[in-house]
Amino acid sequence: MNDFLTLMKPELVLTGIIFLLLFVKLGKGIKNEPLLLIIQVLLLLNFLSGFFFNEEGTLFDGMYLTTNMIVLQKNILNLSVYLISLLFAGWFKKSEHMPEFFMLMLSALLGMFFLISSGNLLMFFLALELATIPVAAMANFDLDKKRSSEAAMKMILSSAFSSGILLFGISLVYGATGSISFAEIPLLLYGTPLEILALVFLFGAFAFKLSIVPFHLWTADVYEGAPMATTSFLSVVSKGAVAFVFMATLYKVFQPMETVWYNMLMILSIATMIIGNLFALRQQNIKRFLAFSSIAQVGFIMVGISSSHPVEGVTSVVYFILIYIFSNLAAFGVAAAIASQTNKEEIDDYKGLYKTNPFLSWVLALALFSLAGIPPTAGFFGKLFLLTAGASKGSYLFITITALNMIISLYYYLRVIRSVFMEKNEKPIEKIKIEPSAKLALIICGAAIVLIGLLSWIYDYIQSLI
Amino acid sequence: MNLSLLILLPLLTAIIILLMRNAAQVKWVALAGAALQFVLAFVLLFTFREQRADGNTAQMLFETTYNWFPSWGISFHLGVDGISVAMILLTAFVVIAGVLVSWNVTKMTKEFFFLLILLSLGAYGFFISLDLFILFFFLEIAVIPKYLLIGIWGSGKKEYSANKLALMLMGGSALVLVGMLGIYFSGAERSFDLMKLSQLNISYQTQMICFPLLFVGFGVFTALFPFHTWVPDGHSSAPTAGSMFLAGISMKLGGYGCLRVATYLMPEGAQEYATIIIVLSVIAILYGAFATMMQKDLKYINAYSSVSHCGFVLLGIGMLTKTSMTGAVMQMVSHGLMTALFFAVIGMIYERTHTRQVSEMGGLLKRMPFIISILFIVGLCSLGLPGLSGFVAEMTVFVGSWEHPDTFSRVATILACLSIVVTAVYILRAVTKTAMGPLTTGFENLSDATWNEKLAALILVAGIIAIGIAPFWLNDLIRPGAEIIMQKISIPK
Repeated sequence: MNDFLTLMKPELVLTGIIFLLLFVKLGKGIKNEPLLLIIQVLLLLNFLSGFFFNEEGTLFDGMYLTTNMIVLQKNILNLSVYLISLLFAGWFKKSEHMPEFFMLMLSALLGMFFLISSGNLLMFFLALELATIPVAAMANFDLDKKRSSEAAMKMILSSAFSSGILLFGISLVYGATGSISFAEIPLLLYGTPLEILALVFLFGAFAFKLSIVPFHLWTADVYEGAPMATTSFLSVVSKGAVAFVFMATLYKVFQPMETVWYNMLMILSIATMIIGNLFALRQQNIKRFLAFSSIAQVGFIMVGISSSHPVEGVTSVVYFILIYIFSNLAAFGVAAAIASQTNKEEIDDYKGLYKTNPFLSWVLALALFSLAGIPPTAGFFGKLFLLTAGASKGSYLFITITALNMIISLYYYLRVIRSVFMEKNEKPIEKIKIEPSAKLALIICGAAIVLIGLLSWIYDYIQSLI
Repeated sequence: MNLSLLILLPLLTAIIILLMRNAAQVKWVALAGAALQFVLAFVLLFTFREQRADGNTAQMLFETTYNWFPSWGISFHLGVDGISVAMILLTAFVVIAGVLVSWNVTKMTKEFFFLLILLSLGAYGFFISLDLFILFFFLEIAVIPKYLLIGIWGSGKKEYSANKLALMLMGGSALVLVGMLGIYFSGAERSFDLMKLSQLNISYQTQMICFPLLFVGFGVFTALFPFHTWVPDGHSSAPTAGSMFLAGISMKLGGYGCLRVATYLMPEGAQEYATIIIVLSVIAILYGAFATMMQKDLKYINAYSSVSHCGFVLLGIGMLTKTSMTGAVMQMVSHGLMTALFFAVIGMIYERTHTRQVSEMGGLLKRMPFIISILFIVGLCSLGLPGLSGFVAEMTVFVGSWEHPDTFSRVATILACLSIVVTAVYILRAVTKTAMGPLTTGFENLSDATWNEKLAALILVAGIIAIGIAPFWLNDLIRPGAEIIMQKISIPK
């Protein structure tokens, strides 16, 4: 019993909060503003609770497992959800159904927790569904906008499709090895054609969730149509969680077939980076722009995963995702602050933003520089370590293509910077009133972007958990 | 002396600038910071010479190491030899002159000086780091301030130039990155530490792949032909101080990297590729010189002549003799001071006449004797008049190149020498047209330099003349460092 409480603590705390919200919703007694404050405090406590009473172990015959690394990954996700609750305060306050939104978001988060902790393909599938379906509902949350429903529809259809692929892959794995336990499968894999086929299908399902090219087509439309809070949840929390699991699955479960998935990763990573970058070049809408940029970022994450080094690979990917969360949330936060007051989402609208909103401009600049990987922002360190980890395999071509992609990505990030800082505009966006909590979150993100890289102990801390 | 002061001081200055309320405070803080840097650079020079005089023959002095990402073998390893000290001095000269020249910046003053100081931070960090990772870190830190300085405070097609500069420089650093990772994984022990790497023997195959990557990567920064195209656009669009920093400091990062990283770590690669480097640098020297002849805009004249002059740096490196290597570093210092001064003078002229077209100016000597005298000095330095730094540096490169007895090197040296004639033509033409003859109408009420401009110009002129009259102190400073870089390279006689 005690084991159950300590090992499953993150999930239990989260479930508690979801139930609390459910009761609040039934009671109908609290207005949005105080309720949001309560939720923010609860999420903060939820985040902090991740640092105490942690143990490693397994439950239910290995169905559920947790390690210090897994706890850290959950903490990172908790942190990003907390930041989302701060950043989009303006939108939440206006929303009629705020408690529902949080319930859905936390349910999805719960699914991701189980996903990260799963030790069995069945558990894995259940958790993935739990992590996906609420997000589709969240995408529909701009109730008066058609695009939002369209986004939800696209999301749920493509999710259903990828679930089908995943199930097929799982059944092939079971057919080939006779086991669905993550601990047993690697002992039974020999790299036969059937197993390769199984790997391909599982890989495809992951590719859907991570929007790896050629499974990326839903991404831009969903990102554009969904409300900004959902978009940032999708691009940060959802991507982060699936990337963690993707890495763990490849490293642990499919470890015997490393050469197979290394080649798959390399080819798809190059395709993802190039397509993501090239499409980002031409985007006018900031949400679509960030969607393609996040596709390209996944390409970089795959470079780190491809190192297949249990220490360097894992550490650099987790480190990068930690940085990516802050950078991407800061960018979305600025875009949301502007969109919520002016309804402007085009990059051209941002011309002359620096004149009127220096704070937002600097945060946006920091975030974009970090995404582009330019020092002294943390993104530089994140990308460099991913590259170094990936380079340990010794493929110069792969690394050179990755490095060149960093330049293409710099080009379009600079395009936004140029609009904000350099170009003149007759009617720039007026002075934006930022919600205090959003401002706090932006400051946290900005400080994190500057400091995470320079404070090298953060990297060492992540490494020490392996 | 603790070298981290050179990083902490600009950092502190930059932070204080951010906290200041009005433009006047910002300027004075920036000037105080730059002056302190200047003092610090001289303190470094004197303590360095003292240590050497006391018989301290260690390759690097004042070494300090802090742990930074130990799991990757990265440490904050700082240290200087004579070459670094020379480059730090150059940086300090250009920074203080740049701050003084920018005294009249009114648009977003705080941000302007913040970025200038940040740029100097990158340069100092680059010159004192002995770890490839932090070297690369500082190399890239300097890119964004340049981008913003040109894009926000620049003139002409500034957005285009800023983009071109940022992308080309980042392209260069991407190549550096790949080459760096190649070295990192080549040895038995993974390390980014320059001193450790220099002890390892990097295999021939690795050198053949990584040397061109690193050399071309750094070469982009120092206008290696055909990657020089950002230079004219970047320099001519940048604000005065921006051009000074770009040409005076930033281009030198590349030359220093070619020496310290590419050539020092991979001597065999350097020997294999020397021919190509020599050909490219001679093309840059001649092409730059002839292209300058056709320019009508003062800033373009100096920008293209920078391509030509930086060609000498690469020629000195490519020739791979101790003297030519010393000459390359001297040329970096000399060209840094000279070109910074040239851009400063152009800025002063432009501020008064509001034109940079040579054809639209004439007889300015009558109205602004001080500024035009400085223009004469810097022009003469550029064309290599004895007694000024340009002559000393180029002469050293030529003498070093002449040590090679083979026909190829001789021809290359002679061709490079020819550029001096061309330089004389374009410099004299531009300077005489601007200064002499009848005064252009409309320029009757122009004023001469103000105190800050005079001070900036005098500081740089002092540096140029000091090197020109007493080149030996600089030579003695640089030569031991150059010899160590050359120790693994044997010249075929």
